[in-house]
Amino acid sequence: MMTEPVLVVENLCKSFGAVTASDGLNLSLLPGEIHAIIGPNGAGKSTAIHQLSGETPSDSGRIVFLGQDITHWPAHRRARAGMARSYQVTQLFQQMTVRENIAMAVQAADRHHFRFWRKAATDPRLNRPVETLLTSLELTDLADRRIAEIAHGQQRQVELALGLALQPKLLLLDEPMAGMSSSETHEMANRLERLRGQMTVVLVEHDMDVVFRLADRISVLVKGQVICTDTPEAVRQNPRVQQAYLGDGQ
Amino acid sequence: MVHSSNRRAWVHGIGLVVLLALPIIAEALNDPFWITIATRMLIYGLAAMSLDLILGYGAMVSFGHAAFFGLGAYTVGILTHHVFYAEAIPFLPGHWEGSSQALVQWPLAMVVSGFFALVIGALSLRTQGVYFIMITLAFAQMVYFFMIGLPTYGGEDGLNVWMRSEVPGMNLSDPWQFYYLVLALLLLWLAFSQRLVQSRFGRVLAGCRQNSARMHTLGYPVRRYQLTAFVIAGMGAGLAGALAANQNEFASPGLMAWSTSGELMVMVILGGMGTLVGPILGAIVLLTLEEILSGLTEHWMVVLGPILVLVVLFARGGLYRLLIGGRHDD
Repeated sequence: MMTEPVLVVENLCKSFGAVTASDGLNLSLLPGEIHAIIGPNGAGKSTAIHQLSGETPSDSGRIVFLGQDITHWPAHRRARAGMARSYQVTQLFQQMTVRENIAMAVQAADRHHFRFWRKAATDPRLNRPVETLLTSLELTDLADRRIAEIAHGQQRQVELALGLALQPKLLLLDEPMAGMSSSETHEMANRLERLRGQMTVVLVEHDMDVVFRLADRISVLVKGQVICTDTPEAVRQNPRVQQAYLGDGQ
Repeated sequence: MVHSSNRRAWVHGIGLVVLLALPIIAEALNDPFWITIATRMLIYGLAAMSLDLILGYGAMVSFGHAAFFGLGAYTVGILTHHVFYAEAIPFLPGHWEGSSQALVQWPLAMVVSGFFALVIGALSLRTQGVYFIMITLAFAQMVYFFMIGLPTYGGEDGLNVWMRSEVPGMNLSDPWQFYYLVLALLLLWLAFSQRLVQSRFGRVLAGCRQNSARMHTLGYPVRRYQLTAFVIAGMGAGLAGALAANQNEFASPGLMAWSTSGELMVMVILGGMGTLVGPILGAIVLLTLEEILSGLTEHWMVVLGPILVLVVLFARGGLYRLLIGGRHDD
């Protein structure tokens, strides 16, 4: 059966002054897969995520998402088209509670923002989906705590919850396990496992155990280019990948 | 929290009773001039409260809010001017000799201020931080110097407002009636703003303040929301300006000078940013201090400055939070 890719990236480039971060990036993501992007430090993984989400404009190349050319779309328009992301460094609303943070994302998906009169706090269209998410991510106990008051690992879960609240077609996860303990990492990996088949997940992660456990396919990024995209097993055997990870000169 | 909200209810209740009873007290003390002073405080309170929506809730530090205040005053001034001299307004199509009706003047003042806020905001919101402060200041100064350079409407001398706006069944030259009308409008704007900040729109505004990058990737076109708030704030200031023109019976370019913008900011910060009620309190306290100190010495600013510094240092979330005993981020 032929399946249309969710996202196609063609020849995407981005330079910051003399530094080339993306140098002709090519990528194709299939529906429902968990697609890991790995590569040595400075390979351009974070830049690639920023280019996909629209926060960093691309110099050249093309991004096609669900059949639409979104290369020049701003970040908020891409989000509305079904793209969500999480951040390597937690990006939440520090002074709001966990519940209010998730409600912000639920509201974004609901789209009726230019309401000036009705109280948001008692709006069932916001509260019902928020409760469902709180329950499924086991965050109910923390619901009324402010982000600034909860532990780092818990913040990472809220970070994921915001992405899921958008009910995206494509979820970009930039090092979701960053700074987590091993038990938290294990728990997060289980959560991500359950997303398989529901949405396309791009996973940028340093923890190779997690990557090889979760990924359906892996793309290896070196110096702003994808040097191979394949199943975890094939990537492990690939001599170019081994060379990239072991270093050129050694 | 129950305790705090109880205390807040008491503060609001007492404040409201004092404001309602003020003309009666002033009359009883044989000091009716206080009604006029109190009216002025409420008008500035309204302007400061409108600024709080963008300054406190939206974290948009606008240093040009007086432009919208002054434009509201000039709208009333110009309309009245043409009624008084029975001249058609030259820059409008048709042959309209203005209006002295409040129901025409005041909404129009809000529309004019709102329109300028739309243009100034659309350009200013492309910048952030210090640049935003400077560019809003620059635009306000442009409006200020434009009015100064317009001899038709008084130029540097300002524009006489020959008669107060007409409200059916009311006489705004009567200090009592004018006071209560201003108080009613202030409370209406407060109720509207309080609903606004608790609505979905208000949440988006808070989200943009706390983390605008995240709001973008959640799918919110951040600038559009900020601009909407900027326009609403401008309209509130426009209404306050229309009231100020009535009170002073004069539209002065000084209303839109940068020092007025600064004064409004001081009122918001003194009373408490992001509280709506706080800026009203800030306006009352600042103008009271000005009134008392300027009676004592002509160098009253030398005294006022240190007082403000002390208040800001020791009552960090503003006087209002000190009164209600709330947290800084309430």
